Amino acid sequence: MSQARAGRLKKLPRSMLPKGGAFRQGPTALILLLPSVVVVFGIVVYPLLRTLYTSLFDVNSVFPGSYPFVGLGNYLQALERAEFWAAIARTAYFTFSTTLLEVVLGILLGLLLNVEFRGRWLLRSIVILPWALPTVVNGAMWRWILNPSYGALNALLTQLHIIPEYRSWLGTPWMALNMVVIADVWKMTPLAAFFILAALQTIPRDLYEAAWVDGAGRLRTFFSITLPLLTPTILIILVLRTMEAFKVFDIIYVMTRGGPADGTQTIAYYTYVEAFSNQLFGYGAALAYVIAVFILFFAIIYMRLLRRGEVEY
Amino acid sequence: MSAGESSGERRRLSRREFLELGAAGTGLLLLSGCGGGQGGGSGTLNALFMKQAAYSDTDVKNMTEQFQKQNPDIKVNLTFVAYEALHDKIVAAAPAGTYDTVLVDVIWPAEFASKKMIVDITDRFPESERSKIFAGGLKTTEYDGGYYGVPWILDTKYFFYNKEMLGEAGVSSPPDTWDGVVEAAKALKSQGVVEYPLVWSWAQAEALICDYATLLGAYGGQFFDGSGKPAFNTGGGLQALEFMRMTLDEKLSNPASTESLEEDVRRIVSQGEAAMALNWTYMFALANDPNESQVAGQIDIAHTPKGPAGAPGVNGSMGMAISNGSQNQDAAWKYIEFMTSQKIQNQYAKLSLPIWKSSYDQKEVVQALPQVVPVAKEQLNDMILRPVVPQYNEVSHTLQVEIQQALTGDKSPKQALDDAAKAVASETQGA
Repeated sequence: MSQARAGRLKKLPRSMLPKGGAFRQGPTALILLLPSVVVVFGIVVYPLLRTLYTSLFDVNSVFPGSYPFVGLGNYLQALERAEFWAAIARTAYFTFSTTLLEVVLGILLGLLLNVEFRGRWLLRSIVILPWALPTVVNGAMWRWILNPSYGALNALLTQLHIIPEYRSWLGTPWMALNMVVIADVWKMTPLAAFFILAALQTIPRDLYEAAWVDGAGRLRTFFSITLPLLTPTILIILVLRTMEAFKVFDIIYVMTRGGPADGTQTIAYYTYVEAFSNQLFGYGAALAYVIAVFILFFAIIYMRLLRRGEVEY
Repeated sequence: MSAGESSGERRRLSRREFLELGAAGTGLLLLSGCGGGQGGGSGTLNALFMKQAAYSDTDVKNMTEQFQKQNPDIKVNLTFVAYEALHDKIVAAAPAGTYDTVLVDVIWPAEFASKKMIVDITDRFPESERSKIFAGGLKTTEYDGGYYGVPWILDTKYFFYNKEMLGEAGVSSPPDTWDGVVEAAKALKSQGVVEYPLVWSWAQAEALICDYATLLGAYGGQFFDGSGKPAFNTGGGLQALEFMRMTLDEKLSNPASTESLEEDVRRIVSQGEAAMALNWTYMFALANDPNESQVAGQIDIAHTPKGPAGAPGVNGSMGMAISNGSQNQDAAWKYIEFMTSQKIQNQYAKLSLPIWKSSYDQKEVVQALPQVVPVAKEQLNDMILRPVVPQYNEVSHTLQVEIQQALTGDKSPKQALDDAAKAVASETQGA
């Protein structure tokens, strides 16, 4: 950031700069930046490089020591393992379904919260609650709701005669994965809704009035005005949520611990198990880098889309 | 700092210096983490325990207070984590030497000892003391001829049954074979006493392997053959899984079993929604406690049912070990000696039975759990160990996943175990 700023300053004509120019500010700026450099180096750059270094060795213990160099062996091992690809596939499914549901529900909810009605302030504050819950609490709560013998969901569904008897929700792989999706969507939809709400409030009223004068109906207005103008916001939600969902770990840890039969083991959880439970730190580090590459890939695509999608009123 | 003196060249230099400094600093930090010290037998100890119902947080706190009263120059800080998080916590804390004593499960000493995470205490733990402890308990902390801790919790999974429910179904005496269990379950189900007579802790967790080991032992299977090759996919190992799958197929076992841990089993039994289950000792007291259970007084405990090859209980003991990074190993040993002492163990026998053989004939222990002690005396001499390999976690995880695939119907038991055997062979071969 500061680099970019300094670059911009230099491009300004000399006469516009304060006396003495940017040159003398350099040292002071550096001193002021030093604390953040220390922090960034200590908690971002060093771990990043250290992880990269570790990923090239067959590290199988937490202690420092000499371990055999394996080059890209850990990465190749990952690509060869069926477990790895299964985890990637599950993560992709989780990411796709949670993001899609959160965006669609978020738009609907955002539209609702934008309508003027009595008690809107109350609804707005209630809706934000799930998002305010820590993920761990949310996971624990859903585990209780889904509990097969005394969970609220079974009680509700049997009392409404939707299902004839109590059933197990987290006991089979496919069902469990979908239940985790629901828990995540429940928690994260409000975030999407509030982004949408904020965007809706910036759309000028006269656009709607013009559309109304032209005889456009509600649906037509939505698809021709609201949705196109929401696109940049939707893209931002997509970026944020895809990246977060791809890294999903805590809700899995609390709700299912990757089970049953690894049915909810996402790539981040798989990495954790390999590194900390199996003490294969080299392999774990390589997996962590693979995740980073995937996320970088998403980030690049989205950045391009975003740049294209900028709107001006 | 030198950065203040400006000039592009200087600045770049100082940045490199800074990098070096940072790297050196981190290296030092890492170095200081390894290698422990004896300490002077006093000071502050950090102890890592497990959150559980037997020896609850309060129990451990009370024991520790007693210890501190006797040793005013030692202060002990306690940390409790769930069993499922314990292993990873020990691993993550090892390089920093955060904890002086750690609670280790019977399946970990091979891994921790071979990676030098816990200290060999054979010298501090003489034969004269060891001979007073149950052999099954001692195995908990033994690896490669040395001892890496002192057993603290001596436990196995017993067979629990609801005698009133069995009576209602016309089963006069509690089943003592697995075939008998199936028969009783069928009677309970057909007479509508309970929808699912059996419940198990078959979630993807160590609890699943504990139940599997019990059944594998009963059917005469082995985890590994004499040459160290996986052998659980044939004979008793296979029959055990087929038995498990059958009870689910016949709807004798609660389908929620595949997402349940021991605590879920206890709650389901305590709600009267199951008539028979395997669980640790602690369930006896809690399932018969009216505050915790709707079927208080109806739950009885027995030796695990017999299969064709016997009726072993899974060795589920845990021990206290000194971590390698501890700077205060003498004080840590004092603490372990105190916590595992017969006096303390007898005092808290109600939820967790002592490791000491002679305790089982002492009045105060027998009176604490009159129904359990006679059963325990026999079962504790008849236990099966899960495989002792440094890669245990990987092996266990593979087994959990494959067994669950068989239980949830994705694979046949034979297929699942063959796949597991193949994976386990490659996991253990690098040792």
